[in-house]
Amino acid sequence: MKSWSFGLKAVAAALALGAAAQVAAQEELHVYNWSDYIAEDTLERFQQETGIKVLYDVYDSNEVLEAKLLAGHSGYDLIFPTARPFADRQLKAGILQPVNKEALTHYANLDPVILGSLGDIDEGHNYLVPYMWGTTGIGINVAKVREVLGDDAELDSWGLIFDPEVSAKLAGCGISLMDDPTEVLIAARAYLGKDPNDFSSEALDEAAAVINAARPNIRYFHSSQYINDLANGDLCVAHGYSGDVLQARDRADEAGNGVEIAYLVPTEGAVVWTDVMAIPSDAPNPQAAQKFIDFLLRPDVIAPITNYVAYANANAAATELVDEDIRQDPGIYPPQATRERFITPKTPSNRETKSINRLWTRIKTGQ
Amino acid sequence: MKWPALPRPEGRQFIIGIPWFWLALFFLLPFLFVLKLSLSESTLAQPPYLDIVREFKDGLVVLAINLGNYELLLEDSLYVKALISSLEIAAFSTLLTLLLGYPMAYAIARAPRHWRLPLMMLIILPFWTSFLIRVYAWIGILKNNGLINQTLMALGLIDSPLEMLHTPFAVYVGIVYSYLPFMVLPLYATLIRLDMTLLEAAADLGCRPWKQFLTITLPLSLPGVLAGAMLVFIPVMGEFVIPDLLGGPNTLMLGKLMWTEFFSNKDWPLASALAAVLLVVLIIPFMLLRHFERRSEEAQ
Repeated sequence: MKSWSFGLKAVAAALALGAAAQVAAQEELHVYNWSDYIAEDTLERFQQETGIKVLYDVYDSNEVLEAKLLAGHSGYDLIFPTARPFADRQLKAGILQPVNKEALTHYANLDPVILGSLGDIDEGHNYLVPYMWGTTGIGINVAKVREVLGDDAELDSWGLIFDPEVSAKLAGCGISLMDDPTEVLIAARAYLGKDPNDFSSEALDEAAAVINAARPNIRYFHSSQYINDLANGDLCVAHGYSGDVLQARDRADEAGNGVEIAYLVPTEGAVVWTDVMAIPSDAPNPQAAQKFIDFLLRPDVIAPITNYVAYANANAAATELVDEDIRQDPGIYPPQATRERFITPKTPSNRETKSINRLWTRIKTGQ
Repeated sequence: MKWPALPRPEGRQFIIGIPWFWLALFFLLPFLFVLKLSLSESTLAQPPYLDIVREFKDGLVVLAINLGNYELLLEDSLYVKALISSLEIAAFSTLLTLLLGYPMAYAIARAPRHWRLPLMMLIILPFWTSFLIRVYAWIGILKNNGLINQTLMALGLIDSPLEMLHTPFAVYVGIVYSYLPFMVLPLYATLIRLDMTLLEAAADLGCRPWKQFLTITLPLSLPGVLAGAMLVFIPVMGEFVIPDLLGGPNTLMLGKLMWTEFFSNKDWPLASALAAVLLVVLIIPFMLLRHFERRSEEAQ
């Protein structure tokens, strides 16, 4: 009996060794991406085609990503920062490595307009490959806002948040602002009709005065909480990313709770942003990252992701593969008239960033 | 304090050395790292600071010590306000947990023997679930169309939901709920050891129950009160999760401010300076406790 159990143990040990050897032999790719930013089967397809095992982690803010990168040895091979100011700053800090464009067989699929918009921060397009893009505007609970403001009120304006008279009326059913100083300050400057990319101290003070006037009517500052709260009817007006507001709309539809959510690009202008793919300079397996980038550049791969996450991709060849209702959604693929109102944010200098962040803490805490 | 007499070949020194070694490794050393970082300068690089040791040649160490971070902490009223506000929140929630925890510990200590264990289990049991999940659960209870508001509205007691989430009230609920066991356990430990004959003697001499409590039970349970207060006060001072999830935007606390400096500003040196200041502020009550303990030992 004893020898029998010993035999079993030996077999188990041999199996464990074999499994370990197999794992060691299999190539691994460590991807760090935003939460809810990929289709359900994307990783499985890549794994089947290449045999590379993808270890996938998610974050919900650029700050968390950047903190890990700056600490060093993050262990990630591929990351998805927002181009401005984050990837711009990461390039300046020298923590990204070049992408080998020649090896990317599907690089030509990229939309030249979007690629061109990155030209000033990544000259020659050697580091950043655009992934998805979107805008930052306002998500509203249509019925509740109409009930408060009346049927003929103009809704596509930052006044919904920054006009204290309007926001006081809406405060009861809930207004949220993003916990992102640059986004909010730019929106406030746009509401004033002034240069949104002016980060001088006078400009910041002007913007702060606008935000402070509306502050008593703001329920909270958060950059992802509003998805759930909009969908559940806990919030009337949310400052948020286009795709996130649209995800809230879809969640409310699925729940069948009668909440109708709409995404609006304010007439005063809204930030347009691009999230890019990039390889950290200390990536353990940049070759695999390279293969994954090329995989994501394929129209048949990226189109289903857009269908799933409700963000427009940067792939011109993929547009025709995207679902009709997504392609026609003005919140995702905006018409030309809306595009003219887009604001491309400038990267504030280090000094400006610090004064912006300190001002932001003051605004949030009402000091 | 008596230092162990030096060379005496006994195991005693070794035994005494263990806690000192432990303190040096897990308290002093990390603190020195933080202190070193707080004296450096932030920069845009990996890692995002310039080491204070700039050069090392011919046996000469060239240091660049930056006191600017501490200067900024004093200059910018934001940090002082955050410190005061953290102290207020920590002090008030310690008081609340004490007011709530004392009767609980007292009742458990006075309960029939076979009831004590189940009652203690009721206090400890929630700890088997993740702290984060328990704080998240409060969001579901306190939010506008959450459990409390839905119940009150269904009963017709209120017409519109009470705003509870993202208010100071929610922060206190979260803190008191999460830290209550830290108050109850040391209180229970002192109350259960209380010499009941003292109370009997007092009763025999005609002392009323309320006065018995004030003159005998309360003073004798003071060490438990103090230990519980420390266990609540110290972690609440640096608390980040509860004010972040349950608090409103105007909950100003050091823990949140440190997060901003570290993540949004990438200013590790300033965040470290804040951490160092917080530590010094927390050491003071700890010293007071030691002082108090020593005095009571001497009195005995």
